[in-house]
Amino acid sequence: MKALFIYTVWWCLWIVLQFVLLTQIGFDTNKALTDAIVTQFIFALAGYTINTSMRSYQPGLRNSLYVLSWSLALAVLCVFVQRWILFEFFGQSHADFVSSSMIIRGTFGWLMIIIVAILTWFWVYVSDRKESEKRKDDATKLARDAELSNLRQQLQPHFLFNSLNSISALAGSRPDEARKMIQQLSDFLRGTIKKDENSLLTLDEELAHLQLYLDIEKVRFGHRLNTVIEKSADSIPLKLPSLLLQPIVENAIKFGLYDTVGEITITVSARKEGNDLLVLVKNPYDPATSVPKRGTGFGLSSVQRRLYLLYFRNDLLGTSQEENIFTTTIKIPQTA
Amino acid sequence: MINVLLIDDEPLARSIVREYLLAYPDFNILGECNDGFEGVKAITQHKPDLIFLDIQMPKINGFEMLELVDEPPAVIFTTAFDEYAMQAFERHAVDYLLKPFNKDRFNKAISKWKYNRAALQSNTIELLESTSQPDERFRIVVKKGINIVIVPIHTVYYIEAYDDYVKIHTKDGFYLKKKTMAHYEKALDSSQFVRVHRSYLLNIQELTRIEPVEKDTHIALLKSGDKVPLSQSGYGKLKEVLGI
Repeated sequence: MKALFIYTVWWCLWIVLQFVLLTQIGFDTNKALTDAIVTQFIFALAGYTINTSMRSYQPGLRNSLYVLSWSLALAVLCVFVQRWILFEFFGQSHADFVSSSMIIRGTFGWLMIIIVAILTWFWVYVSDRKESEKRKDDATKLARDAELSNLRQQLQPHFLFNSLNSISALAGSRPDEARKMIQQLSDFLRGTIKKDENSLLTLDEELAHLQLYLDIEKVRFGHRLNTVIEKSADSIPLKLPSLLLQPIVENAIKFGLYDTVGEITITVSARKEGNDLLVLVKNPYDPATSVPKRGTGFGLSSVQRRLYLLYFRNDLLGTSQEENIFTTTIKIPQTA
Repeated sequence: MINVLLIDDEPLARSIVREYLLAYPDFNILGECNDGFEGVKAITQHKPDLIFLDIQMPKINGFEMLELVDEPPAVIFTTAFDEYAMQAFERHAVDYLLKPFNKDRFNKAISKWKYNRAALQSNTIELLESTSQPDERFRIVVKKGINIVIVPIHTVYYIEAYDDYVKIHTKDGFYLKKKTMAHYEKALDSSQFVRVHRSYLLNIQELTRIEPVEKDTHIALLKSGDKVPLSQSGYGKLKEVLGI
């Protein structure tokens, strides 16, 4: 609509210009105005025709030749139509004037039509670009969102059903403890569900959630599982993406408990290093029987992927092995 | 008296079976085991009539534990979530309890077992013989004398047919396991282990050289110095996997 208005104003300007020109070389107002209106109106129609027919074109060399010859033909046609109309209005004398100025009229018209064509081309090109860029952005964003929520929903069914089994066992003999564990499991699940994946939590909040998880695992495995959580004072206000540590600790517990027999200790320690929050998770393992490259198992590769999606960095997660201790290190850059 | 053993790494999971068994005065609980090592020992020692067995346990899983026992007793499997195991149970009509299970379901499992002991036991043996489970891609659990050895799969040089057994060759010598070549050919990663001969399954990481012996016959030379014969089709398969 706005474009149509600008287009109309543009041609009105040319009408005024031509009118002024014709009155100055001696035509009376009536003739000059009619000639100007008829001429420019016909050219405006031709411009509109070329604009609509070109909207679906893709810019290219072959099309440009096509448009060039098409615009030339249109210009010639316009001039003849104009001559015929003006003859009908003012008779032979004015038609002769039109004929004598035909070259100028035709060239002017042709240039106008080509300008419209070039502008149309430019407009089609820009809006195409814009749209494809928007589409690409949308797709990336969508994929990222879906991926993040998928990665977050790695709640292990094994953990859930075994916890429920423990509750079932406690319900018979120690109902108070059963009730307590139901509470812990509920709080844990609620924390897992309600958290927005893009939100940042303070270290304290994340560790509190982790503690719930560890308490449940301790009920399941009894005295076999010990946990230590350490944090330096300056790390407490630091922030990290929600539920980032849980899969790492889950992984540590899984390998600690299933790769060794006897009691194990899982250590989670957090401190500030430079501008980053550094968290270390340690678990015992058996170097003789553990499968090499297990560090890239699903538990950790999803964390790696999530860190990449959030920070566009691949160097934030690391693992190291020393004696019988497996350490997972995670760095969380502190932005904002 | 029916002698029972409870094998599960979670104490509470054992306690619920113990509680449900209170209703059966003719059942005697011989003991509880925290893992497969204790399980093998207790089964060998006490020869129970029935065991309740968890799948996912430290170091060796329930299936691997059963393979280490010469005469596996009747088993009622208990598991929380193990898609692979559940499929195997269904396929071989072996009863299993999905945690958490209630008393009714437990009673049903007991009466089913009482009613048809022999069939269930043979079904279990069949299950062990015919299925390959995911952990086998990473390790083979064997017995050497009274010791249980976990052999990580990447440390295996090659596997050799040996009557009803296979010999699993490693840097510490070989171990015997009552399995077939076909079983390991199916269970192991085919891009790592190649059946180069009717009687040999070769870890291609161990290969240093292929040498012709006579016309159309070759042998593989391993890093360890061992030599493994290649059959004509085995030689072809090996070349295909190595991309030569």
